[in-house]
Amino acid sequence: MYPELGQLALILALLLAVLLSVVPLAGSLTGRDNLQAFARPLASGMFVFVGLAFAVLTHAFVTDDFSVAYVANNSNSLLPWYYKFSAVWGGHEGSLLLWILMLAGWTLAVAIFSRRLPAVMISQVLSVLGMVCVGFLLFIVITSNPFDRLLPNVPADGTDLNPLLQDFGLIVHPPMLYMGYVGFAVAFAFAIAALINGRLDAAWARWSRPWTTVAWAFLSLGIALGSWWAYYELGWGGWWFWDPVENASLLPWLSGTALMHSLAVTEKRGVFKSWTVLLAIVTFALSLLGTFLVRSGVLTSVHAFASDPERGTFLLGLLAVTVIASLALYAFRAPVVHVRSRYGSLSREVFLLLNNVLLVSATLLVAVGTLYPLVLDYLELGKLSIGEPFFNLTFSPLAVATGLLLGAGIFSRWKKTDGGWLARKLLWPLAISIVGTTAVLIGYGGFKPWAFLGIFSALWVTVATFWDLWDKSSSRKGRLHGLKRQSRSYYGMVLGHLGLAITMAGATVVSNYGIERDVRMVPGDVATVGDYQFVFRDIGARQGPNFTAQYGTFDVMLDGERVSVLHPEKRQYSVGMSVMTEADIDAGLFRDIFVAIGERITDEAWAIRLQYKPLVRWLWLGSLFMAAGGFLAIADRRYRIREGADKKAQAGTASPEPGPATSAGATS
Amino acid sequence: MLRIVNFLLVLLLSGGAAAEVADVYDFSDRAQEQRYQNLIEELRCPKCQNQNIADSNAPISKDMRDAVYRMMKDGASNEEIVESLVGRFGEFVRYKPELDSRTFLLWATPAIAVLGGLLVVAGVVIRSRRAGPESPALSAEEQARVNKMLADQDKPS
Amino acid sequence: MKRFLLFLPLLVALVVGVVLFAGIGKDPTKLESALVGKPVPEFSLRDLHNPDAMLDQSLFRGQVSLLNVWGTWCPACKDEHDDLMWLAEEKGVNIIGLNYKDNRDDALVWLDRLGDPYRKIIYDPRGTLGFDLGVYGAPETFVIDAGGVVRYRHVGVVNETVWEQTLLPVINDVQGNG
Repeated sequence: MYPELGQLALILALLLAVLLSVVPLAGSLTGRDNLQAFARPLASGMFVFVGLAFAVLTHAFVTDDFSVAYVANNSNSLLPWYYKFSAVWGGHEGSLLLWILMLAGWTLAVAIFSRRLPAVMISQVLSVLGMVCVGFLLFIVITSNPFDRLLPNVPADGTDLNPLLQDFGLIVHPPMLYMGYVGFAVAFAFAIAALINGRLDAAWARWSRPWTTVAWAFLSLGIALGSWWAYYELGWGGWWFWDPVENASLLPWLSGTALMHSLAVTEKRGVFKSWTVLLAIVTFALSLLGTFLVRSGVLTSVHAFASDPERGTFLLGLLAVTVIASLALYAFRAPVVHVRSRYGSLSREVFLLLNNVLLVSATLLVAVGTLYPLVLDYLELGKLSIGEPFFNLTFSPLAVATGLLLGAGIFSRWKKTDGGWLARKLLWPLAISIVGTTAVLIGYGGFKPWAFLGIFSALWVTVATFWDLWDKSSSRKGRLHGLKRQSRSYYGMVLGHLGLAITMAGATVVSNYGIERDVRMVPGDVATVGDYQFVFRDIGARQGPNFTAQYGTFDVMLDGERVSVLHPEKRQYSVGMSVMTEADIDAGLFRDIFVAIGERITDEAWAIRLQYKPLVRWLWLGSLFMAAGGFLAIADRRYRIREGADKKAQAGTASPEPGPATSAGATS
Repeated sequence: MLRIVNFLLVLLLSGGAAAEVADVYDFSDRAQEQRYQNLIEELRCPKCQNQNIADSNAPISKDMRDAVYRMMKDGASNEEIVESLVGRFGEFVRYKPELDSRTFLLWATPAIAVLGGLLVVAGVVIRSRRAGPESPALSAEEQARVNKMLADQDKPS
Repeated sequence: MKRFLLFLPLLVALVVGVVLFAGIGKDPTKLESALVGKPVPEFSLRDLHNPDAMLDQSLFRGQVSLLNVWGTWCPACKDEHDDLMWLAEEKGVNIIGLNYKDNRDDALVWLDRLGDPYRKIIYDPRGTLGFDLGVYGAPETFVIDAGGVVRYRHVGVVNETVWEQTLLPVINDVQGNG
């Protein structure tokens, strides 16, 4: 009975979404306030029904209702309860429902947190979000219904969740990732609304910024979680494979970072508006592209959902309609006349523009690298593979260049920066970075050109960031006062940039100084990796909740002292009979020790993979910093200061928004 | 007691050069081992869902790793090894596409994008230099209107 | 001019859309063979039925053949077996078998039970010929012309549709050219 309720809830949500797409928009275009007033209630109603559907599906999983096909295909009675809960988004239909839940959630959030925006704007933004919801709800209702039943032959038990997914990673990675992907729909909606009503100005940028930043923060977390998960679960110690699905998440992140920075310029100086709007559209388009790539089977990936041409076509249609309509709207309605503003060649505007050039180039690179095999195949020029070696070669220079630009750009000023002053400012950071980099390289065991560039870039950013903080926090009333005086927005930026530096440092060091050995060991053998000795104690059998395992014991020694004991496993799951390797890792802030069991060579001997991974955790630590920076930035006072001003204004006049008259007045 | 014995045993074993384990494949030195690792990370498993032969458990991957090792032992260069496998399994198994007329655009993408971007930025900066002062100057008529408005405001209402 | 530039993103999106659309439904795991146009690699392996007899690449000279790679461990090979029998008996197709990474006894029992469509079977327990042919998963079927040159490789089961739409046209092509 309940699954049908879930289906009904989705259909009702679809109806509300259709109303949401049409009614407030019509109201905003005809000036009818009563129609516009429907926006918030419709958004709430839509969220309630989607939430209901999600709750029903969760209930089906938790109660082992195998009459629902999706539950039967992704769960099993032996599955631990926390995995039953996350199995809801373990497959295509359920993860799509999660996507829609996030979308409805973001829509509601925009409805709630935008009371000080003009009604016209908010109506249009919510309508556009409604349209996106319509697309996805249609998709799920027509092609990917999670509530399809297997009546009357209800299976006795389910076929189990893929063992690779029976992991903490599944509980956190998709929700965070989707929050990010879907969050960019808000920036997209703001952009489309601005194109529709023609009000594309600094105020628009200020409204869009916090939504963009928080979506970016979530996406950063989501990507980092995915990398971390793959590292200990899938990857034999790898943390990024340039797999098409991974690239699909990186594309909106790169573009979203460019967008965040471009919005800063548009908000501050009212320039680059056309470009920012385009970025907002492109970023969300890339989110949609990612959804398509993962679910259509067009590209091969370990991460892809089961593919289905019918679904693929529908998704592509959805993607096409959204992207073509928005880009057409952009082509016709984006402003062409330039704001006549002066800025010097070393101004902050130019630095941020260059930042955009690098980030967009990186986006283009990853997009081209991912889609190129498809293009060649279409042109019947053969099946080519583009993988890690290509991307590492081409992406690294862009990453290093971004870091170098960042360090210099931190000191730049709006409108004009004196070249001589900037050069002098950079001398000390340069010296410190060179010395620091040399020290690090010596510490890790030798000069490698890419290691030098990567560490230098990371240090350069770090030193410049702290130097700027030092400069800005100098105050007659003391350092502490100076520090407190800086806005949260500024500290958000500091954290964000530090996070980037930390990630770069981690990536550089682990790639250049990590050691990996595949050795043949029998119990009693000792292997050496770097400064560590691995003693293979024994290997025996162990029973888990839904698997049996070969359970190995390794002592890890450093300078004769036992540093840790590791227990890698080779598991065989009882339901699917699949075999999985569970590596064991001794995690540390400055290094990971990684042991995994490979194939059995003889009765006694096993192939063991041993790895020493210096600074690998910094990769994800950096992302935590970046996300924290994003969350801090949106807590800035300027986004909340209006509440007081609002109340005063509403007491005095009718206008809900003390509008930014200057930028609205400037020629746009 | 047992722990001390263990500890001493380990010291003995790890201190001695003779107790080193064999690699799954035998290499003469670390450089060779590193070369092998790099090679197998550059080759794609033809059967798997996008994995290199280093990470893949598929039988064909094992065969390919064996072949790489054998060819390394026989003294083949990296190009020869990769060519030999490409000759059997196709360009598909190469993760780093060869630079030819098909892939030129691919390899040139970052350069084109960055150069193009720099040109745009240069154009933007030059155009901004030619722009007048920040706010557009008012025409005489507009200036007169402004004066009138300001004068009106000063009158007591 | 500027307005025209604003249309570029739309244009790019349309092009990408076309490419993506073309990719739907295609199986990205089916690879073309790198050996098309090249002769069958040299080999010297035993006959499955006759362990004392050695077979080599001259096996393929003189007539067009299908080389079918199979093993008892491969469920799909079992599925296509009846179609191979049909091809061999009804259509008179010359099929050579490559018993890939298998056990001789198991293979013989299997053929006994299911029938033997092969003119000759190469026994390749370590998969060396398979490797040289670029076999990455059974079943695979090669079309080899009378000169011993590989002309086509089909990945997956052979059934009537595959025969009519894929293999037969290649064979006709090959025979037409002498």
